[in-house]
Amino acid sequence: MADTLETTNGAVDPGVWPYPIRYGQVKKFESDVVILGGGVAGVWSAIGAARQGAKVILVEKSVTARSGAGGAGCDHWQWAADNPCSSVRPEELTQALIDNQGGYRNGVSTYIQCASAYRALLELEQMGGKVRDVDDEFKGAPFRDEASKLLFAYDYDARFVLRVWGNDYKPLLRRECRRLGVSIVDRVAATGLLTKDGQAGSQVIGATGVNARTGEFNLFKAGAVINCMSRPQRNWTFSSEMRGISTFRPPTNVGNGHAMAWRAGAEFTMMEKSMRSPFASPYSYPSYGVGNAINTWFACNVVDTNGKEIPWVDANGEVITEFDKRHRPARGQKFFIMGGGSSSHPHPGLKEHEGPKLIPDLAERMQKGEFVPPFYADLTSMPDHERRVIWGLNVGEEGKTRIPILQTYSEAGFDPEQDMLQTYDFLRGSGMREPVTPQERTFGEQGICGGMVVDWDLMSTLPGLFGAGDLIYGSQDYSHAAATGRYVGRRAALFAVEQNNGHCSQEQIEAEIDRVYAPLGNAIENGNAGMDWKELNAALCRVMQNYCSEPKNAELLDLAEIWLDDIAENEAHKMVADNPHKLMRALDVLDIMTCDRMIVHACKARKASNTHLHFNRLDYPEMDPPEWHKWITIRRDDEGTGTIVDDMPIAHWGDFESNYQARI
Amino acid sequence: MQIKNSQVLRTPNSPTPGRPVLFNPDICTGCNICVHFCMEDIFLPAPKKGEVPQILYPEECWYCGNCVDDCPEPGAIALNHPLMQRVRWKRKATGEHFRVR
Repeated sequence: MADTLETTNGAVDPGVWPYPIRYGQVKKFESDVVILGGGVAGVWSAIGAARQGAKVILVEKSVTARSGAGGAGCDHWQWAADNPCSSVRPEELTQALIDNQGGYRNGVSTYIQCASAYRALLELEQMGGKVRDVDDEFKGAPFRDEASKLLFAYDYDARFVLRVWGNDYKPLLRRECRRLGVSIVDRVAATGLLTKDGQAGSQVIGATGVNARTGEFNLFKAGAVINCMSRPQRNWTFSSEMRGISTFRPPTNVGNGHAMAWRAGAEFTMMEKSMRSPFASPYSYPSYGVGNAINTWFACNVVDTNGKEIPWVDANGEVITEFDKRHRPARGQKFFIMGGGSSSHPHPGLKEHEGPKLIPDLAERMQKGEFVPPFYADLTSMPDHERRVIWGLNVGEEGKTRIPILQTYSEAGFDPEQDMLQTYDFLRGSGMREPVTPQERTFGEQGICGGMVVDWDLMSTLPGLFGAGDLIYGSQDYSHAAATGRYVGRRAALFAVEQNNGHCSQEQIEAEIDRVYAPLGNAIENGNAGMDWKELNAALCRVMQNYCSEPKNAELLDLAEIWLDDIAENEAHKMVADNPHKLMRALDVLDIMTCDRMIVHACKARKASNTHLHFNRLDYPEMDPPEWHKWITIRRDDEGTGTIVDDMPIAHWGDFESNYQARI
Repeated sequence: MQIKNSQVLRTPNSPTPGRPVLFNPDICTGCNICVHFCMEDIFLPAPKKGEVPQILYPEECWYCGNCVDDCPEPGAIALNHPLMQRVRWKRKATGEHFRVR
């Protein structure tokens, strides 16, 4: 392929920038609701708000038709307990998901997900999305409900996770936004929030942004702002050469929403959680593109090099002999969550809800010679329906699988009926992927992580600032982004109509203009002497690897803070950018630095080790002391000089159903 | 090998060991739809009508494949995994080995 096709690959002749340059020009927008971030949560927020008749503007750093972690697709519609085939009620599933994370999962947004994900999916169907097997491809399959033609995954008895054809959902959602009259502003990176009279901790009345192609400055005044900017990434690992393939979520997700809400004074929690993970490694294989037995590939046969099958076990440790039982609850279980050992990775989660998985002692048995590496995912020996649903639907509709895996591998000759895909996950007997060094950690790349504190309106601690999707603390999933966006759009629109657009502080706007354009000025003044965004990102990762990795103690965390202060004072404000694209990347790295500070402050505030937060303090070695079983919250003080630490009870959300019903 | 001195240029190294996107100039019409749909904005529009778009920031590619998926001309663009990330498979009946090319 490479021999016959060409690539310019960065070797572009230096020439003038192809887009018009509008540095310093200010464009003003006004609306009832402004949404920052046009990923899955953003478009659903826009739809929810526009249905209320609100004037809505959606601001997206990239391109709304395909942006966000779900822009390239979705194969599992998680936790849709409101679907008619689910044997588990939303309350029960929400509680199980929370308990499975040791309590450290957001009850508010998880309940909204469990109670309305299916409703959101039906709306997607109205927009033209394929949500059921209308072509009868899987007729008679044990995961198909013959009446509704819905397909299910994981637990075929419980039926609360659907398999869906989500590759084109994002373009359809964008089209629906346009149909409802939403104004979409693409290629504008939100940079900051405007607060009443410019005061941190006050009501949020708008936002600012900069165009990533022209450098134009944008000002958005609104009655309500919905923050949909996903999560921090690249806090511990960053490959300047292989950046794209080294983040699980898109590299555009760097925690801009976390950073600007922090600067505005909003409260955050769970920011101390990070975990060892290969997800952010530049050496990771393409997502979903190696043989395995979890998630999109659950519950694939895995064999050793001699074709010997690796056995599966259930939550009771009993070996599963029939394939179908990999999709059924174990004896004594009502239902299981996900399966394959991934429900609360790397912890197994509650035995009560643990799904079937490959034998946990594979490494030891491999050492003794019982199984011989390398291992392969063997689709050829799978039941026909299962083979075709994994390779074709799940691999094909899931984000980043249609072209990178299904098409690329098929064109290279991979045939699921004949070929076994090598699994790089089990070479050393690991149940997941290749282990990495202790310093390689993820914050937002994987699992449930920290974020903005929200109430039952999904409003932050700042009036007028709402949140949806991955930005909300203790949450994740495509269907979560959809359900919370759909819900918060309405809440924000109702809030916005009661507001008079507050007074914008010219001082705050001018300070933001100065901050945003500083790297351009530095490039003119310092030229090649200044540091670019890549060097700064790499240095920040080094600080976090050395002083905020595992294990932690007060001295290490103090050094992390000293380093971050030092870099802020001596290097960061001299960073250079010489075009709008690099300016956007430079602003991203400044936001990564802000997120690093939030993480370090949260780590200092939790003076106890905690299993589920993957939090190991050498100076507080007792694991999970009951008095620390609570949410630690942080926010900056109004002067911006210190951090205010507080806490919330673990189940602070009260009754799920009555709180939810009062607001829909 | 005859290479004139004037043909040897002061070129920098490639910014990445990957070449994420390959164009077939015979098929690509230079419509710039891939430039529009790229999440990471790694491309520049084709400099002239009928030419292929340019890749300015290949190291920022997320390998999502949207440029290929949304391209109206099949075969004009190919996603190209870095060599170190090309995965292997084995044909069960024969034991033959293959890999992503």
